[in-house]
Amino acid sequence: MVKLFAVLTMSLALSAFAATDDATLEKRAVDLETELRCLVCQNQTIADSHAGLAVDLRREVREQLAQGKSEQEVLDFMVQRYGDFVLYRPPVRSTTWLLWFGPFLLLAAGAALLISRLRAARSRPADAPPSEETLQRARALLDNNKEQP
Amino acid sequence: MKRFILPLGVFVALLGFLWVGLRLNPREVPSPLIDKPAPMFALAQLHEPGRVIGPRDMAGQVWILNVWASWCVACRQEHPVLMEMARMKLVPIVGLNYKDNRDDGLATLARAGDPYMVSAFDQDGRVGIDYGVYGVPETFVIDKRGVIRFKQIGIVTPEVVTGKLIPLIEKLNREPAHG
Repeated sequence: MVKLFAVLTMSLALSAFAATDDATLEKRAVDLETELRCLVCQNQTIADSHAGLAVDLRREVREQLAQGKSEQEVLDFMVQRYGDFVLYRPPVRSTTWLLWFGPFLLLAAGAALLISRLRAARSRPADAPPSEETLQRARALLDNNKEQP
Repeated sequence: MKRFILPLGVFVALLGFLWVGLRLNPREVPSPLIDKPAPMFALAQLHEPGRVIGPRDMAGQVWILNVWASWCVACRQEHPVLMEMARMKLVPIVGLNYKDNRDDGLATLARAGDPYMVSAFDQDGRVGIDYGVYGVPETFVIDKRGVIRFKQIGIVTPEVVTGKLIPLIEKLNREPAHG
């Protein structure tokens, strides 16, 4: 009886262990699938897509992780076949510098333009005082206004 | 007048970017497989399941690998062009029957004609993954040393045949098989 109990608990413990193992593998697979672009429907990850290719690539990801491959190895496998485009986050390399740093370049250009404009405005000489003639015209207009009801 | 120069310049630059950008086809993803050895496979033949076919059998000659399927509508449009290429006897065309049903694949070729020297039967699409296939039809030109030299994503049109494939095949045929 004790023996049976021991066997039972052990098998229970083992199955629980296997279950958590499955859960971590599942999580790793899903995490990886959200990093990979579905090339059929290009604005979806293979985790979101129901395209036939996405289903196949999900199977590939799961099998390779189950075989004990690392995340990076699976990503390399995909890049070798489909190119950088398969990665949802494009890698930083010389061909993607404009993509990564272009917005900062634009920001810097805008800031430089703004600063130069502000400086120019500040260094402009103050307006000369209005001439006597202009002042008289202004006074006349104001007085005219007053007389009207 | 001077104050308009900057906005006008920005506008013209934007126009230039759009002019180029909107003409690019986002479906044409450059293949990393160009100038790399064609991935090896040994698949059952479509017509004779007992015999295998793979790049090894084609070594030493320039050949074309065309990915097709009976369910692929664009392949039907491409089919007459392949038939014409087969009639011209440019180079052997090997079919990769991708994620298809054997009976459907055979029926398609029986009905429309068979431009292929032989078709490999890639039922679960694993060889397709090795070749980075994502939109059938796709066509690869492989040189005598087994290196992929050209990939057409989508339909091979008569313009592609005369403008790209024939000049490339002539060039590749002149290359030595070894060295």
